[in-house]
Amino acid sequence: MTDLTGGTGPGSDVPGGGPVPEGVAFAVGRDGGAILFPDRQRYHEVVAGYREAGFSLLSDLCAVDYLAHPGRTLPDGVTAERFEVAVVLVCVARRQQARLRLRVQVPEADARLASLWDLYPGAEAMEREAFDLFGVRFDGHPDLTRILMPDDWEGHPLRKDYGVGRIPVQFKEAPGPR
Amino acid sequence: MTKRADLAKETGEPSQELAARSQTAAPELRREAGAVLRLPDGHVLDPSDVDVETGDDTMIINMGPQHPSTHGVLRLMMELDGETVLRTKPIIGYLHTGMEKTAEELTYVQGATNVTRMDYLAPLSNELVFSMATEALLGVDLPPRAVWIRMLLAELQRISSHLMWMATNGMDLGSTTMMIFGFREREMVLAFFEKTTGLRMNHNFIRPGGTAADLPDGWEDDVAVICDTILERLDVYDELLTGQPIFRERVEGVGVLTADEALALSATGPILRSTGVSWDLRRSMPYLAYDEVDFDVIVGTYGDNFDRYAVRLGEIRESVRIVRQAVERMPSGDYRVQDKKVTPPPRARIDESMEALIHHFKLFTEGLMVPEGEVYVAVESPRGELGCYLVSDGTSKPYRLHIRAPSFANLQSLPVMLRNGLVADAIATISSVDPVMGEVDR
Repeated sequence: MTDLTGGTGPGSDVPGGGPVPEGVAFAVGRDGGAILFPDRQRYHEVVAGYREAGFSLLSDLCAVDYLAHPGRTLPDGVTAERFEVAVVLVCVARRQQARLRLRVQVPEADARLASLWDLYPGAEAMEREAFDLFGVRFDGHPDLTRILMPDDWEGHPLRKDYGVGRIPVQFKEAPGPR
Repeated sequence: MTKRADLAKETGEPSQELAARSQTAAPELRREAGAVLRLPDGHVLDPSDVDVETGDDTMIINMGPQHPSTHGVLRLMMELDGETVLRTKPIIGYLHTGMEKTAEELTYVQGATNVTRMDYLAPLSNELVFSMATEALLGVDLPPRAVWIRMLLAELQRISSHLMWMATNGMDLGSTTMMIFGFREREMVLAFFEKTTGLRMNHNFIRPGGTAADLPDGWEDDVAVICDTILERLDVYDELLTGQPIFRERVEGVGVLTADEALALSATGPILRSTGVSWDLRRSMPYLAYDEVDFDVIVGTYGDNFDRYAVRLGEIRESVRIVRQAVERMPSGDYRVQDKKVTPPPRARIDESMEALIHHFKLFTEGLMVPEGEVYVAVESPRGELGCYLVSDGTSKPYRLHIRAPSFANLQSLPVMLRNGLVADAIATISSVDPVMGEVDR
């Protein structure tokens, strides 16, 4: 994102998102929507503030593993970490429709983040998916279990250091392994 | 990588299954009782507020993953008190094939063939959202004809998906007539798709940069026939189901979800609209050319099974309206961007021009180079908000592709809908959520 414009709150309002909380970096994304970059400690508080402000729908929550792509562009003051949790909040009120995105840096050494479940019960399955596939723990989640992979699966398959895996294919006409 | 034993110790990772009441912690019981949903804004949950019984005189029963009415491989664990459903836990993942991981191994040119297999009842919507996300990163603007072709196909797709839903919903309620009717009408739409794209499903027709081909000759007549016939048949459905007392008694007041609950549980699409929230991305955050066409957003009132039926029935009519406007106003011109770095040159040019041959070769071996960045794009699929979170690191393969599948989020509202209902009604309610397991598990 070389065309990243933005700053640190409190400042100008982000499009459709109201005032930016103090000390939170923000940028304008490719789609014209606002992206906030709260740090891990303030993440829950910032989201709670937007929930009060009318963002009543948690549209999406997913994790990204930046292990193989550490040099991504981030606003000033945001330290890049291995994992990132991307959240999409939506305001469905009439004539105030807006979409707001948050990107939170989560370090590899302590991959945990506050759960949004107490604000948005719909975060339940999405956080379980992020845990299952990336191993990011969500503190305060009522039932942090695997959701897509089997119970006894080892590792978190969407991490970049998790191999794709190959199953040897035996062709009918191929010569035997002797 | 953490060992499994450490992981289990650290997260207390239990199994995904629904445990017996006596073995379940109070917070989880309260969650499954939907307690967290009924709190007004800003209130804190008082544990003594909720009556959590821990008696064990109830029965936990599995429905699925092989149950025919679970629309695939959905497994529901239900706690029953006699015939009444107390708690439900959807258990998913039986169709998980790691499509998001696969997407990281495929180029953007190949990517559409992967995403189209997620929601197999609305493959064109998946291709659409993937293409729109790629185009947002590339920064290309589509020629108007490509936009309108996409809109026409997306609406026909909505008609076909809703017809399929009408058919299976009818079957779940015991109306095999409706099943035959629904499949019969859907067949017409699929025949048109086959004529246009070459395939009945998993078309790979909407691609980054436009569409794979132009519409076939005489498409206006085909579409006109489809519109006329479907509108006629919708009146037949009204007679068969909408006004029929047996059907209405079966679905009215069953599986009720309130607007607050639907929003809290991230439900979108017909489920959210049936509760009275007028939220349709085509209207609220227009993409393609939806701000130029005339259509109504259908909303319900009670959020029960009947409203979800009525919303979908009404949406078919609205889609027909949009399709007719698309036929009328279809602009002429290119059906894809004439940018050699994004779309391949026409076949005839390859024989004449060395440059065209190089572009063609590069595009299909290396793929298109997408600038670094990340974007979230969402469209209204027949099931709700279908989002695509795409991260590019500047190479020809997506660094991360995440599909926000509407069915995955919608399934979370199932326990609330089923609570205190009857097992027999559970079948109707599962059907009314319209989950597509390919998309849930990805």
